[in-house]
Amino acid sequence: MRHVLALLLALQCLTAALAQERRSGFDDMARETQAMQREDAANPAMLWVDEGAAIWSRPAGAQGLSCANCHGAAEASMAGIAARYPAWDEGRFTAIDLAGRIAQCREQRQHAPALARESEGLLALAAFIGLQSRAMPLAPPADGRLQATRAWGEALYRQRRGQLDLSCAQCHDDNAGRRLAGSTIPQAHPTAYPLYRLEWQGLGSLQRRLRGCMSGVRAEPFAYGAAEMIAIEAWLAQRAAGMAVETPGVRP
Amino acid sequence: MARVLINIPRQIRAGETFAIRTLIQHGMESGYRPDGAGGVLARDIITSFTASFEGEEVFGLELSPAVAANPFITFSMRVQGSGTLRLRWRGDGGFDQSEVRQIIVT
Repeated sequence: MRHVLALLLALQCLTAALAQERRSGFDDMARETQAMQREDAANPAMLWVDEGAAIWSRPAGAQGLSCANCHGAAEASMAGIAARYPAWDEGRFTAIDLAGRIAQCREQRQHAPALARESEGLLALAAFIGLQSRAMPLAPPADGRLQATRAWGEALYRQRRGQLDLSCAQCHDDNAGRRLAGSTIPQAHPTAYPLYRLEWQGLGSLQRRLRGCMSGVRAEPFAYGAAEMIAIEAWLAQRAAGMAVETPGVRP
Repeated sequence: MARVLINIPRQIRAGETFAIRTLIQHGMESGYRPDGAGGVLARDIITSFTASFEGEEVFGLELSPAVAANPFITFSMRVQGSGTLRLRWRGDGGFDQSEVRQIIVT
């Protein structure tokens, strides 16, 4: 027990030390792009949030249940929820991300047609739910069962892949802050997803971003919702623990 | 119907300039991008935006294929009294959307 406590304390000190150097991608953006995110009236992601709010209270499925029928007002029931994901799924004994949880709830509780990964509806709901955690610290659950997933995620993060033979860590740990062609390499903290990326001209999830990076190093990207994806998400969330949620963000 | 966000200041005084900010969900397909089958995706953009206050046009804008998706349009105006502001976006494929908001002078 004493060892565990000492380890926890050491981890906490380490996280605190890291917290001072960690930068959100927001800090390295152009002023104009920052202004878009800072102001809801100028943030195109708010269009999806609006859609998400509509879906939240729209009945779906055989019993005509909406999200609001069970969860009530999202402002109260969903505050801080997005900041905890990926979390442990008791039913399937595996880690699950927020998009997966929304799709699961929709299928198994609302008995409504599933929302596909990266579909507009799922992104809209994720953005709406994410907004309820804005400015709260990312708080990955202390659940010990997630440790294996996080360790796997970290291994994947450090594993070289693709024809360019690069790992995530080689750019985002070793060379963060330096430039890759015209853009600053961010530290890869997933604080603002789902976010509006100017390059996409639309809203996208963290997994879309990860897939973009993987094809960038000419590796075969993991499929949406793959266990590997959720493991990487879990590791990144742990790595960014304590940083403020910015959802829905804007990135160049 | 495309989703629209319109921001109007809460406090408006007669004769004082204020900003209206609008954001509309639209793909703004430029007409120059290839589709998967060797063809070109047809142009589908918003071509014009107008704002009228009490029936009189106060701001107009023509949009081109170079404008990014989800156009953010902001303009300033000045009113002497309260009235109705009508915003209208028109575009390819018969796209026509109007939003009406009340401007209330305090």
